[in-house]
Amino acid sequence: MLLSKVLQFVITGVANGAIYALIALGFTLIYNSRQIINFAQGEFVVIGGMAAYTFYVTAHLPLPVALLAAILVVTLLGVAFERFVILPLKNAASISLIIATIGMSIFLRTGAMLIWGKEAMTLPHFFGDKPWNIMGATILPQQIFIIAITLVIVVGMQLFFRLTVTGKAMLAASMNPEAARLMGIRSERMVMYSFAFSAALGAVAGVSIAPLVMMSFGSGAALGIKGFSAAILGGLTNPLGAVLGGLSLGVIESVGAGLISSAFKEAIALIVLLMVLLIKPSGVFGKIGTRRHAR
Amino acid sequence: MARKLSTRLLVVLAVAAVFIAGCAKTATTTKTEVKQPFKVGAVLSVTGANAPLGDAEKKALELEVASINKDGGANGHQLEIVIEDDESDTTKAVAAVNKLIKVDKVVAVVGGTGTGSAMGIKPIITASKIPFVAMAAGNGITAADNTWVFRAPAKNAVAADKALEYISKTLKLKKIAVLYDSNPFGQDGIDEIKKEVIAKDMTIVSEQKYETNATDVTAQLTTIKAANPECVIVWGTNPMPAKAAQTMKQLSMTMPYIGSHGIANTKFIDLAGDAANGVVFPAGKILIPSSIKDAGQKAAVDKFITDYKAKYDGIAPNTFAGHAYDALHIVSDALGIAGSDSAKLRTQIEKTSGFAGPDGIYKYSKTNHDGLATSDLIMIKIVGGKWTLVE
Repeated sequence: MLLSKVLQFVITGVANGAIYALIALGFTLIYNSRQIINFAQGEFVVIGGMAAYTFYVTAHLPLPVALLAAILVVTLLGVAFERFVILPLKNAASISLIIATIGMSIFLRTGAMLIWGKEAMTLPHFFGDKPWNIMGATILPQQIFIIAITLVIVVGMQLFFRLTVTGKAMLAASMNPEAARLMGIRSERMVMYSFAFSAALGAVAGVSIAPLVMMSFGSGAALGIKGFSAAILGGLTNPLGAVLGGLSLGVIESVGAGLISSAFKEAIALIVLLMVLLIKPSGVFGKIGTRRHAR
Repeated sequence: MARKLSTRLLVVLAVAAVFIAGCAKTATTTKTEVKQPFKVGAVLSVTGANAPLGDAEKKALELEVASINKDGGANGHQLEIVIEDDESDTTKAVAAVNKLIKVDKVVAVVGGTGTGSAMGIKPIITASKIPFVAMAAGNGITAADNTWVFRAPAKNAVAADKALEYISKTLKLKKIAVLYDSNPFGQDGIDEIKKEVIAKDMTIVSEQKYETNATDVTAQLTTIKAANPECVIVWGTNPMPAKAAQTMKQLSMTMPYIGSHGIANTKFIDLAGDAANGVVFPAGKILIPSSIKDAGQKAAVDKFITDYKAKYDGIAPNTFAGHAYDALHIVSDALGIAGSDSAKLRTQIEKTSGFAGPDGIYKYSKTNHDGLATSDLIMIKIVGGKWTLVE
């Protein structure tokens, strides 16, 4: 009984951790391109989930179409955010940009409340809700899907940044925008791409977790904090670190809630965040010396 | 310059004179023709997080004020309702009740959609010595310093008692586990459950807590499962209790799920889907009107439901609309007998006995400002995605 109990905590932790990892990836992308934390990342996730609800439940589109449409809407939102808010502030200090993202998160949250109302909503599970049994512990097909999609995305991102011209250009622009511009790379466009990617990633997270997380307009803050903590844990610049950070956070949280006390479950993310910032500010999985160009 | 000023002064004086004369005239005419109307204030959360509740309360108040006035008002005095929106914000509820008392000079206040708002209103009411009938369920509202504070809905503790009574008498189970929200609603529930289990010779084998904005309760339910309870009580409001129902299904926990009155809405069934079936929870009788045995209460509730549906596009009133109905009628009945003097009105409300409305049959007393008992609640079971009465 104890073994299957602990196994359940770990499996649940990994499943939840994959959700945090997906959200964390969005943070690292924008941090890499512009050295800012995008506090509207949680709202991208929520709007992705709620848009999918509208396309699937209200507009009766086939599920894959509804999911893609939702991801597209949020991607465009990310582009608009970069074009109308971040780009005009190109000469502003990082702190002003971060405050702009907080403003954006409040704007998006209120907008979501006006569009989708105040009640929570949920999507059906993509592959049914019959749990799989692993030595007395259970996992849902949807959770396996989330773990799989997280792995696909992190591998895809590595390939994209290493093998494609656009990927290399984005990497170059993030390391040194001036030098990249001299090489003929349009750095500003690369920043726009990273916002588009980051919003798309948020939306992928949102639509994937919508069957599991009962989302309402205000859910973004809590999801954003978890993703942010995972990103910090992973070193903020490293996508692989973000994934490991997310998975560790999920497991620590679940095992802590199960074996210590459920009262501290939501506090664990914040305790981990504070401890990492105090002891190893570059993140557990962040390498010293990967610090990129700072404006 | 001086000449200009005096002309202006004359104009102002003339306007003022006309205005004063006009006011005096209307005042005298109303006095001679009809009795002065009674002004009742309402503080409701029409917008913000509690909007789905406050909106129904506002609709019920507007409907019932019109109905009371059509029937001759409170002993011939027409009722006038002044509704203030607190936007689900305690600070704004305090400002709103101050405005109602000082500017509108209301004779009584109803409302406080959420426990937070009602608790904010309470000290102002106590200081101003104006009767207040609350519409929220938090235990603290009528506990201590409750001279001027009454309550319409069944308080959380009564609902918890009802749920436990069902577990001990109907299901005959002894080993329970509790999963509760860390907010005041969940805290009220667990406090009462802990107090009552001893008297009922039951034991709590596991007690787990979650944050209101949490997204997952698998860890908590795994611990509960390992403790091997005979049933699980989940005390919280949407959406997490729905998530808990799904997670219990995932963990193949087949013991009964007993919910709180916080899930007494169809949203719970929408969110939990299949997992909602089999869930049992306490709620007001208005959700299943056929469960009402008392003829007087049945007639009042049926009329309320018919009128409400007729006015608001066929939508049936929910439990919150029922709270507003009860609060207003209790005040109106007392006003009809005692008039608008605060102290007399308060004493009269305290004498309320046998008034029957959607929430039940009230019996206030010097020591009990809650008025309802567990017999005013029913247990509802979700079967095939529909509410059915548990006999």
